[in-house]
Amino acid sequence: MESARSKALWIAVSAVILVWALFPVLWIVMLSFKQPGEIGNVHRFLPKKWTWENYHTVFATDLFTSALINSIGISLIATFVGVVFATLVAYAIARLDFPGKKIILSFALAIAMFPVVSLVGPLFNLWRDIGLYDTWPGLIIPYISFALPLAIWTLSAFFREIPWEMEQAAQVDGATSWQAFRKVIVPLAAPGVFTAAILTFFFCWNDFVFGISLTSTGNARPVPAALAFFSGESQFEQPTTAICAAAVVVTVPVVVIVLLFQRRIVAGLTSGAVKG
Amino acid sequence: MAAITMSNIVKKYGDGFPAVNDVSLDVQDGEFMILVGPSGCGKSTLLRMIVGLEDITSGEMRIGDKVVNTVAPRQRNLSMVFQNYALYPHLTVFENIAFPLRLAKTPDEEVRRRVTETAGLLELTEHLERKPANLSGGQRQRVAMGRAIVRQADAFLFDEPLSNLDAKLRGQMRTEIARLQRRLGVTTVYVTHDQTEAMTLGDRVAVLRKGVLQQVGSPRELYEQPVNLFVAGFIGSPSMNFLPASVEGTQLVTPLGRLDLRDPAKAAAAAGREVVLVGIRPEAFEDASLVGADKRATGQTVRARVDVTEWLGNEQFAYVPYEAPADLAAQLRELSRELDGDQLRTQAVVALDAASLIAAGDEAELWVDTGRLHIFDPATGENLTRDEERVAELGRHAERVRLSQRGARQDAPG
Repeated sequence: MESARSKALWIAVSAVILVWALFPVLWIVMLSFKQPGEIGNVHRFLPKKWTWENYHTVFATDLFTSALINSIGISLIATFVGVVFATLVAYAIARLDFPGKKIILSFALAIAMFPVVSLVGPLFNLWRDIGLYDTWPGLIIPYISFALPLAIWTLSAFFREIPWEMEQAAQVDGATSWQAFRKVIVPLAAPGVFTAAILTFFFCWNDFVFGISLTSTGNARPVPAALAFFSGESQFEQPTTAICAAAVVVTVPVVVIVLLFQRRIVAGLTSGAVKG
Repeated sequence: MAAITMSNIVKKYGDGFPAVNDVSLDVQDGEFMILVGPSGCGKSTLLRMIVGLEDITSGEMRIGDKVVNTVAPRQRNLSMVFQNYALYPHLTVFENIAFPLRLAKTPDEEVRRRVTETAGLLELTEHLERKPANLSGGQRQRVAMGRAIVRQADAFLFDEPLSNLDAKLRGQMRTEIARLQRRLGVTTVYVTHDQTEAMTLGDRVAVLRKGVLQQVGSPRELYEQPVNLFVAGFIGSPSMNFLPASVEGTQLVTPLGRLDLRDPAKAAAAAGREVVLVGIRPEAFEDASLVGADKRATGQTVRARVDVTEWLGNEQFAYVPYEAPADLAAQLRELSRELDGDQLRTQAVVALDAASLIAAGDEAELWVDTGRLHIFDPATGENLTRDEERVAELGRHAERVRLSQRGARQDAPG
């Protein structure tokens, strides 16, 4: 009796949360399938007539396709470089005793808490002076620096979980420090590295402030910024449906990545390493 | 295969505390050496210095004829079994065992042959494709051993390898390790705090206390002829009883009664002292009513009130509380604490024949084998009754046993 009631309660609460989280997404999907003129005239949730027109429009506009390439390229490069750096830093923090370890960690945390907006102005000027404005590196560098702290914290927590003995065993077995790191530590930390990579990728992929302030053309403008430059067929028509279609296109990779790697993220590879 | 020679090894940590202090120890080629002591005595640190995972503050460490003080662990060609096994969870049992061979770039063909051979030896053949997470504790332990023996290491190092197993499995694995070591004849250093492992496995046992080596010798020597209070109390379970006694001529006045020193050597050791500590092992006592007349004459009977008895089927323990002067009682308590125990009261533990009908609360007549008692200096803890002749004899005996085992191994077919 009690369990049936609590089960019902669980279902109800879950349903509310699901609707709360998924309804906006569903709404955007619906909007993206409506005809451009329909919005504001027809008040209904489902499209009056389903159409792929908006998707054709966004993929036909240079603005979006170049932005999509920029977004993918910049996010991937920033993620890769960031995670490689973060892995090395986190390993050092977790394993080595060196002066200034605490300072590095608290500095990383301070950077993570720093409001992004306050940096955009100075960066804008600096980038224009040294020629990084409106280039890929101009975005990759700030992305890495803001994504690093989170990645370092995530990864060093993971490295700390790996028993010291693993590495010592490898060393006794004849491995150099580098071999021990590559053959034992990295495979064990893989779930952590994936988590860090995905978090970093999302951060870069979703960024708007840097994207809109440090770019001016299709050279480097990422999708979130590009969406703001969409225009309608005429000045009387809002480009809402096209924006929604573009939004759906950029949301899909995120969802796919999460679905693909959630097992990897959740899996605790270290089980069974030591006595259990 | 190689001998390990330690000369004046010191390990100091950052705060200047010497975890290992001036230890000199020779492990002969093919010998099974046990490092034993209560927790925090530096035995694991010493082992980790041999393998190279801890730096040596001063002193010299030789493996074979090479000084290895600054040699990296991977170049020392030793193999080690860790307390928590330290298996690689992302690799199968096969790859775990093959790991050292892979690092040495051994050809695939040979890797397969040697891993299969090792797995056969340790009865792991049907588990080769499984991951460590799916194995039982004993199986994991065997995988760790497999990884250690698969390559021709100069020596095996074990860091409390059985402490994570339950009692029954521990017994089986203990025998297994002994058999394996005798068969392979590889120099072995084995750290443990377990009495039984120390006594049964080793050719020789080294007892450490607070980083200082107390005594090195065969298990029999440590048991029969301990050099001091610490070794006497640490080796043997239940521990040796220490009774405060005042010396009156050739008599010791203990809380349990007067004991005659008939052995002139023992009497000489006590002569000229006022107070000594008398060490009597529990099994040197017996229920007087079960002792035959001839045997009775070699010892002495005392009367004491028995507090608690424990009947175990094959033997029986009785506890006899006694009063001790405050300063000696404090010293004994300190010793008991150092030995990882915490004896709240001063009491003697007496091992009786299981047939004895002495009951709790009885004023019992106990026979003491006075030939087997030890006399210790209460100030320094030194054993005043150590018999050097007997020590030498035990040493020769241990050496003979070791050589005959080794000979048997060499004669064995295959």
